[in-house]
Parts: sequence; C-alpha cells; structure tokens
Amino acid sequence: MTTPSSLDARRQVHLAAHFPGVNNTTLWSDPRSESQIAFSSFRHFAQNAERGFFDYLFLAEGLRVREHKGRIYEADVAGRPNTLAILAAVAAVTEHIGLVGTLSATFNEPYELARQLATADHLSGGRIGWNIVTTSDAFHGANFRRGAFLDRDQRYVRAAEFLEVADRFWSSWAPDAVVADKASGRFLADGGVGEVEHHGLHFDVTGRATLPGGPQGRPLIVQAGDSAAGRDFAAEHADVIFSLHSEFADAQRFYADVKGRLPGHGRDEDSLKVLPAIGFALGDSRAEAEEKAREIALAQTSGATAIAFLERVWGRDLTEYDPDGPLPPIDPDPAGAGITQGRANNAADPKATADAWRERAEAERLSIRELVIALTARHGLVGTPAQVAAEIDRFVQERASDGFVIVGHTNPYGLDEFVDTVVPELQERGVYRRSYDEGATLRDLIGAQGRSSVGSSAAVR
Amino acid sequence: MTRNLHLAVALEGTGWHPASWREPAARPTEIFTPGYWLDLVRAAEAGGVDFVTIEDSFGLQSSRFGAADDRVDQLRGRLDALLIASYVAPRISRIGLVPTVTTTHTEPFHVATALQTLDHVSEGRAGWQPRISASPDDAASVGRRTVPALDLEAYRRGEGQAIVHELFDEAGEVVDAVRRVWDSWEDDAIVRDVDSGRFLDGEKVHYTEFEGRYVRIKGASITPRSPQGQPPVIALAHATVPFEFAAAHADAVCITPHTPEQLREILAEVHDAEARLRPTSLPPLLVYADLVVLLEDNAEDAAAALERLDDQAGDTLASDALVVASTPAALVERLREGQRLGLDGFRLRPARLPADLDTITRSVVPALEQAGLRAPAPDGVAPGTAPRTLRDTLGLERPANLFTHQPALRDSEVSA
Ligand SMILES: Cc1cc2nc3c(=O)[nH]c(=O)nc-3n(C[C@H](O)[C@H](O)[C@H](O)COP(=O)(O)O)c2cc1C
Repeated sequence: MTTPSSLDARRQVHLAAHFPGVNNTTLWSDPRSESQIAFSSFRHFAQNAERGFFDYLFLAEGLRVREHKGRIYEADVAGRPNTLAILAAVAAVTEHIGLVGTLSATFNEPYELARQLATADHLSGGRIGWNIVTTSDAFHGANFRRGAFLDRDQRYVRAAEFLEVADRFWSSWAPDAVVADKASGRFLADGGVGEVEHHGLHFDVTGRATLPGGPQGRPLIVQAGDSAAGRDFAAEHADVIFSLHSEFADAQRFYADVKGRLPGHGRDEDSLKVLPAIGFALGDSRAEAEEKAREIALAQTSGATAIAFLERVWGRDLTEYDPDGPLPPIDPDPAGAGITQGRANNAADPKATADAWRERAEAERLSIRELVIALTARHGLVGTPAQVAAEIDRFVQERASDGFVIVGHTNPYGLDEFVDTVVPELQERGVYRRSYDEGATLRDLIGAQGRSSVGSSAAVR
Repeated sequence: MTRNLHLAVALEGTGWHPASWREPAARPTEIFTPGYWLDLVRAAEAGGVDFVTIEDSFGLQSSRFGAADDRVDQLRGRLDALLIASYVAPRISRIGLVPTVTTTHTEPFHVATALQTLDHVSEGRAGWQPRISASPDDAASVGRRTVPALDLEAYRRGEGQAIVHELFDEAGEVVDAVRRVWDSWEDDAIVRDVDSGRFLDGEKVHYTEFEGRYVRIKGASITPRSPQGQPPVIALAHATVPFEFAAAHADAVCITPHTPEQLREILAEVHDAEARLRPTSLPPLLVYADLVVLLEDNAEDAAAALERLDDQAGDTLASDALVVASTPAALVERLREGQRLGLDGFRLRPARLPADLDTITRSVVPALEQAGLRAPAPDGVAPGTAPRTLRDTLGLERPANLFTHQPALRDSEVSA
C-alpha cells in the first residue's frame, strides 16, 4: 500500500496491458502475429501481463465492424470477442491481474449490466473494471433495438445516471443477506435483498438484483472520453482516466486539467489515476530502438492505410494519389464527413486540418505516407529498457501521468519483451511492485478508494 | 446398434428441490463462487454427460408464477449463466455448455456475440437455452416496457395467451436474428493477405439486415464466425406455443411428459409443429424429456429422502417435469422406455446437488453404457484432429452459412 503522507516515497507506477486492437497499430502482417479471436491469444497476453505484475488487462470494444467509403474496412485487424464473456474466461486462467472491459452506457441497461459486472467480479475474485464509453451515433445504434435514441449531449448524463442505478443494484443486498442456516431453514435475512427504485431522466427502474455485489462492490471505473463533459464525468465518477495524451508537455497539461477538476467533487489527487495509451520500441542502444520504431511505424502504415487516413479528413476517394508522393492539392469534400464509420476521430474542420497537414508536409518535405507516420506513430517509449523505465518514472514523478496503458503491436507476444526487460528496471528503481498482495482486488492494485460509493460507505455512516 | 441416447444435466442452484440447500452435502453459501460451478461441471464431464445446461432467469427466483415472493426459506440469487459457462470453458475439455440466456429484455446483438465468444473459448462446445421473461417484475427492472401480470390459473383457462404468444414470437425473431449474426462472417473472411494489404475480405462479411417486428439489426457481428458456426439452440417447452417456437427455431426441445401416453401425445404435437413450421435450414428437431431425479440405492430410501425434503419445504415438490425418486436401475429402465417411444435423449435435473449428480455419473451413466444405450464417451482428442464439438456430440452437422449463396448486401458506394 502506498502511503500518500510520506513525502519522500517515490510515486508508484501503474501499468495496464492493452490487448492489441482493431486499428493499424496492430501489426497483423508480422509473422509472429496470431489469431485475434482464439482464446489462446487472450490467455497468453493476460498471463504475460500478470507475469509482469500489471494492474490490469484492457480490452477495447466497438459495436460495429468499421466501414470506409461504404464498405467494410479491410486493411486493419477486425473481429473481437464479446467483452463480458471473454473477461469471464480470462478470469479462469489468471489469478491476480485486473480485467477491464469497455462497455457502452448507451447500448446496455443498468439492471442487466450491473448483474453481468457483479457476476464477473464474483468469478474473478474482485478483479473487474468497467471502461464506460458513450458512443451513441446512428451507425452503432443500427445494431440495437432502439437504434440511435440518445442525443449526443445526453451521453454523459445517461452514463452518470446509469452508474447511479448500477451502484444501487450492487449495494442492494445487505452484507449479511445470505444466512443459509440449514438447521433453522432460513436462507435469507429479513429485508436482506433490497428493492431498487429509481425514477430519473433516462431510467425508470424498479427491481431486485439476482446477486449480491461482487468483492469490490462497485467494479473499478475507467473513463476514456476527451471532451470537457467526458473529463468532468471522469473527475466525478472514475478511478482511472484512459487518455491519448502521451507526449510529455501535453500529458502534464492534461494531468493538471483533470486532477484540477477533482476538488470540485470532494476528491483528492490520488483518487483518479491518469493512464495514457503508449506504444514502445526497445533495443540494446537508443539508435537500435529508434531503428526498430521506424520499422514498426512503416509496417503500421501501408500505402493503403495512409491513403485511407487522408480520406477520413478529405471525405472523398483519394486512391489515385501516390502514397509516396505529395499531398492531394484538392480540398476536402464538405459532404464527405461520414466517410469512415465506427471510429471516434473525425476532424472537426476538415479544410483547416488539410491545410495544416499540407503546410507541414511541404515544410518537412514529407510524402503522404511519411506525414501519416509522423501524425500517428505513438512510440513515446523508445530506447533501451533502462531508458524506457526512466522515462516512465519521469512521467510519474513529474505528474504527467500515473503510469501507462501499454499498447502492444503484435498479438499475443507483443508485451513479452516489455515484461522481460522493462519491468525489472522499474522494480530496480523502486517504483513498481515485485509481487501481488494475496487476495488484492483491482481497486487495491490501483489504489482506488472505497468499495461501492454508496454501498459500504453509506452503511458505515 | 441403437442411436446413442443423449444425456444432459441441468444445473440449478443447489438442486431442483426447493429444500435441497439444507442437505448436508449442499454448498448453499458457495453459489456465488466460481469454484462451486467448476466443481459441478467437472463432475458432469468426468462422468461422461454430453452437456450441462446452466439455468438462469432474468429476475430473482420466486415461488409465485410471474411475480416476486418474499420467501426467506428458499435459495435465492444466482450468477449470470452465460458468464459462468464462459468462466468454466477454458478449464474443461469435452462437455457441452448450454447457458440460459433470456430473449425478452436483452439485446440480441449482445446475446449473439456472447454466445459466439463462448463457442470460441470452449472450442466449439457452446449451446443456448433461450428463455422468455414473462413477469412484470422483470420488465420493471429494465423499465423500457411493461408486461401485464399473468395469473397462472387464468392462463390455464386460456386467458393471457396473447401475451405469451407475443413473447414467443419475439423470442423466435431473436433466435433468427442471432443466427444471422452468427453467420455474418463467412468462415474464411479473415484472409491476412500481406500482398494486397487486406486483413479481411469485406465481400465475406455480410450485413445482418434483420428487420422484424421486435428486432432490427443492421450490421455484421463484431465477432468472427465461431467453431460450430451456430451453437445448438435448446428450448424447454410445455405447450403448443413453445412447441411451435422450438419447431421453427431450435435444434432441440426439452419436453415434460409425466406418462407414456402424454409422451406419445406431445411427440405427435411436436412432430406436427415440425412438419408445418420447420425451415429447411434446420436439421430434424431433437426431442429430449426432462426428469427431476432423486436417486438412492433402494427405492424406499429415495421415497423417504423425497418425503424428508418435502417436509422441510413445507409442500410436496411441484414440478413441470416428472419427479423420479427411485434407484439408478429404475431410472435407466425409464430412459430405455423413453428412447423406445421416440426420444433422442433426456435432460436430468438433479433434485440435490451435488448428491444426485454424483449418482448420475457414478451409476446411471455406466448402467446406460452397459445396457448398450450409450457408447462410452471418447477420451480426449486424437492428435491432429479437431476437438469434438457439441454439434458433433449431438450428431448435428456443421450448418451451411445462411449468407453463402446470397450476394453481399451493401450500401451504395461513396463516389469519388
Ligand atoms: C483513449 C481512448 C480510448 C477509447 N476507447 C474506446 C473504445 O474502446 N470503445 C468505444 O466505443 N469508445 C472508445 N473511446 C471513445 C470514448 O470513450 C467516448 O465515448 C467518446 O470519445 C465520446 O466522448 P468524448 O466526446 O468525451 O470524447 C475511447 C476514447 C479514448 C480517448
């Protein structure tokens, strides 16, 4: 346990392991790359991360296969398991590591998701976390009963109310609800299972949970939106914020921003951990690592990938342009904003973005492919294992992050080298655990407060 | 040789008798722990059972039909069955896993991908027991629609049939939609073609395009087609509407005859429904009978054990399925007779867990093998061969993809 009061104690590093996802960071063409769906891949990835004493395994989720120019997008890895089902299965082949899944507050209902998350928390011995996402567009809605029913400005309002109702279900069984006295024949304590009644803006719910809350009560809550509303939501409700701000100065600004929102919600700095996503490239020397990073970036950005990347901003077909040539002189099509479906990052002002990119490409003499590599490659951690460990430590000590979500780029062996070489360096520096505490929950690993925010704390009062 | 009699065990709480939790061997405080379920499934697997169903209900158990009770003397509470199955899947190797997943308030898209995932994780041993939620309480716990209260006596007089009709119509749509989602990726959709830079062949990923009265799903699954393609769908049915649901949508139906005459009548009704409603995409419907079993070495002990449990429960055991409190030998005779009358198998509901499951695996399965009703379960997987799937075990061929002979449906391409 870290003791926040001891000023000289070095701030501890938290690491999460991002299962390689469905975008071009994942190198499916690498000869060592294996199935994206076979359970053996999940088993290896999770067990390796556990060998490296990571806080948690992280799984993203997208509820529709991505499309580009009206067709299924073919160039990236596609296909994933159902988040809850795979978390339950991974729980059976791991013992200590946390298991965080991305699940929508829009296309689920609190009663059912609370039941599923509580089940997973029971099955894993208190190791479950929920990355709450709020996408509500019509593209994803088309796979669900209600379609696109939620206004965009309501997405976090619904998410907050969702969590409130879920909390009520997680704490609705009294701690001593199950008596199970065989002799007297009493199974439940009187009033042991409370009825949840909630009438709000988004939910109108009356019911009883089919199970007591899991060992954590409320699973660990992770948030990954970047808007002001998203940051406020995280500051009020989340234990971890998953960000894309991995460049040092930008990361420090983001860190200060979200931590600065905490006092307004009566929370202290350590109650919300900031973990940016980051890739890595390792070598015996910095030069070797940089060479490797270049190779990875090239492999991640095929000509077709680079053209598709530009098409997302230009909103039109650009396949006639040479990826190794200059940027298209024509302007974006204002009507083409929805050219890519199923990913978050559509440019707000395509014309301005295109102009800026053209300017940069001209100034730095970059081809289309080189520009895309410069824009997207996120190998923040490049160097020898000792250098990478020092860089992680610097981020944490200087309050640019509380650690990282490490993104492996091959599946399932992509984090093996990191665990073999960087983890011992972090341990050597005294900023990383050397073992898991027996019986620790994910909340314990992260150093998050509480059990349920309403459950046991309310009962103590 | 006669066809292998299929044998399933239905896992529910501490057993199907409401007083089972008070038995000395019962582990009622462990029903929320993973080890409890792993032990039960492993015992069933070691004993040669073909598959287990893991029972579930959308809402808390109740002794009242379609409404909550406030009883504190019976076991209450359960984990989500699909997640129990997902948890045990990596740690077992032969037995089929068939969780109950409800259709009324759940999202068919999530149901589809969850079952596909169970099939991937179990390497082809997933199945699905769909079930409706007919209670107003279940509906209120979600709060998106209301289901009128159903009174069992009124229902038996023929009232409230419309609601049940509607819930089963919807369940039928859900199963159809789910099957389309399961098939939306062809088996070879993932091409990993380095030369063309394509991970996926988009022509082999199909829009589900399901448009029903209750369910609409536009897109393909997010999960690639699973080892079995379509995990077997196994439905419990007691009356005409669910018989028709099973005939039109399921791979197997579990029925609840109490006498040989009833068995003949139900079989005739099921086969009639099959003749009228079975789509050509489905193989002949397998028919199993459910039995609640309480087994002791001699019949008097079994009767006494049941009486003791009934006394503790304060009522005689009321069950949709026939209660057989008897010896393993007498049970085997019933199973033989059932097979002779046309059943493909049985699903046994142990009155007491783990006691009656232990007797099934220790005595009933070997006796069935000795009687030539079942071949001994094959051990493990021969090197170089695909693992035996649940469909293999049940004699169901791997289904052709529903989309294979249809051109891909696409939105019009965005022009340059
Ligand atoms: C680092 C990061 C990871 C994300 N991962 C997912 C994901 O796996 N699935 C998803 O549906 N949305 C994901 N999102 C989207 C957000 O969670 C959020 O729902 C969306 O960005 C809208 O919120 P915002 O406007 O606050 O950004 C991610 C966002 C970020 C910043």
